[in-house]
Amino acid sequence: MNKQHPALRFFLGLAPMLLTFVSTTLVLVLAGANPWQAYGNLIGGAFESGAKVADIATAMVPLMLASAGMLITFAAGLWNIGVEGQMIAGALMTTWVVQSITAPPALMLPLTILAGLVGGGLWGILIGALRTWGRINEIFAGLGLNFVASALTNYLIFGPWRPPGGATMSGTLPFPRAAWMPTIGATRASWLAILLAVAAIVAVYFVLRDTRWGLVLKALGKNPQAAFRMGIDTRRNIILALVVCGALAGLGGSLQTTAIYRRLIPQITGGYGYLSQLVVLLSGLQARWVPLVVFFFASVQVGSPRLELRMQLDSSLGGILQGSVVLFFLLVNGLRRRIETMRG
Amino acid sequence: MSQTLVTETLRSVIASSAPLVLAGIGEMLNERAGVVNLSLDGSILLAAMAGFAIALVTGSLTLGFALAMVVGALIALLVAFSSIVLFQDQVAVGFVLTLLMADLSSFIGRPYVRRPGPSVQALPIPGLVDIPYIGTVLFDQNLIVYASYLVIVLSWVWLMHTQAGLRLRSVGERPEAAYARGIHVNRLRFIYTAVGGALVGAAGAAYSLNVKLGWSHRHTAGMGWIALAIVIFGGWHPFRVALGAYLFGALKSLGSLLQPNYPNIPTQVFQAAPFALMILALLLVSGDLAALELYLPRRLRPLVHAVLQGTPPAALGRRFEQT
Repeated sequence: MNKQHPALRFFLGLAPMLLTFVSTTLVLVLAGANPWQAYGNLIGGAFESGAKVADIATAMVPLMLASAGMLITFAAGLWNIGVEGQMIAGALMTTWVVQSITAPPALMLPLTILAGLVGGGLWGILIGALRTWGRINEIFAGLGLNFVASALTNYLIFGPWRPPGGATMSGTLPFPRAAWMPTIGATRASWLAILLAVAAIVAVYFVLRDTRWGLVLKALGKNPQAAFRMGIDTRRNIILALVVCGALAGLGGSLQTTAIYRRLIPQITGGYGYLSQLVVLLSGLQARWVPLVVFFFASVQVGSPRLELRMQLDSSLGGILQGSVVLFFLLVNGLRRRIETMRG
Repeated sequence: MSQTLVTETLRSVIASSAPLVLAGIGEMLNERAGVVNLSLDGSILLAAMAGFAIALVTGSLTLGFALAMVVGALIALLVAFSSIVLFQDQVAVGFVLTLLMADLSSFIGRPYVRRPGPSVQALPIPGLVDIPYIGTVLFDQNLIVYASYLVIVLSWVWLMHTQAGLRLRSVGERPEAAYARGIHVNRLRFIYTAVGGALVGAAGAAYSLNVKLGWSHRHTAGMGWIALAIVIFGGWHPFRVALGAYLFGALKSLGSLLQPNYPNIPTQVFQAAPFALMILALLLVSGDLAALELYLPRRLRPLVHAVLQGTPPAALGRRFEQT
């Protein structure tokens, strides 16, 4: 009886896009810019060449990994805003390993991957400890630690890890070649990084759908008191969820250093941690929608710098597009529920 | 000589804490009614930008503050609307708005970056300013700072000593009971969310027109998150929220006073300090650290307890299905 008219369903499905388009156009007009030119530059900047498409694939990797992690913590009913700091921690751990460990070249890449997983996971323990023993809401614990992580990055780049020629905003010395992720042809995309990201989202999909731990997490997310009475160790599983999320996000941060910049730079994450939370919201917390949403977000990310270069517009227009889609998606979803309850 | 230095420092602490006071009290009001407006960090940015831009273009500070308050109220109402009417999670909508409004402020505010503009004029209160010690600290300020005092006192009187305040608290604590007594739960929630949002917007304008003058990319540097944390630290009580804001302001200016004396400490430590401090403050009021109270001398316990303990409104963040 809750079946809606097909035309209404179609319209409600399209409405977030339409509303985003209308409101973003309005913002552009208010800013005195030509909207068509702006959209043209955005699309051209994202898709005009093979190299651009490779850039999209490159941007998809960290976003996909962080989003895969966020699916785990969202399932457990946690808002892990600290995923940003976990990405940074993965990048820091990787840089530390590359700079301080001498290993056979063949072992270097596996070590960097491991370092990313461990760095992000350890940062997850930190958030989890504050959440469970400290009884601080994970939003504030994670957010505070994000600022600490980025200050730590700057400290390391301008302090102990500065290049011999003096510290600059361009970061540490480049990594040795053994620590570079292999790329596809002359592009910046790395097949190994893409493979890792795909593996992560597939694994999370099955963990949440088919495993006992997935069920435990969902029980925890739906009703923590009931889960506790059923004998689920809530503290342990909260920390575990944050550690797994952190490991995946940390790998994303690690790949930012080994696959893209080949060094540690300030703001190594490019804000992908915060963005991944929007991705997961727009996916309706469903793993199967994440790749599509990640593709859309990454395209906007790759296309928007051109607004700055060609039109002197702030590239934050990309963020406005991404944020508006998610906002209108939530609002339209609410409208749909509202219509259902009025009928029911 | 050092006495004037101390009073001057305290005076600037009071002045620079005014935005945090306004935002903290504003958010406290809507949280007391049961609505979390997580969007503070983005709302304050957009309000700070809009307030400065309008004041610059029209030359009217009043218009600047008015627009900033409208911006803050509208964003807050959107959070309330999506929760009350559209069944959406307040935290999710608030988070999305945080990022969206921050980006909007960068995009729209670009023409106003680093442009010199108007600021609030000093207005010492004759007579009061001559009181030894506290005269300079409290009354050699301007209208915005005096408004922040008024907001603290009025919110306390309203919340704790009026019938309307009792209704407000009941809506946040036990909406079912309030509704049974004939209170329009959701209408009150809309009203207080708008009032709280307007104060948050005023905080933005108070920042760009009175503390760190002008506009730049991410101008308010995480202030919204600090304000949200201060509401928790302050146990949802007006005086304690204000105390938290002033303490924070004092520690921050202590940091910038000390920084030149310790060139060996990397500047990044001072950048991260406010947020590390935020975590520590929350640990103090909510974690197992709170049990340290038991080790205090018996006579001190009630005082410390009154300053540090607080429980959130019971229905905070929960929808109320009004039939």
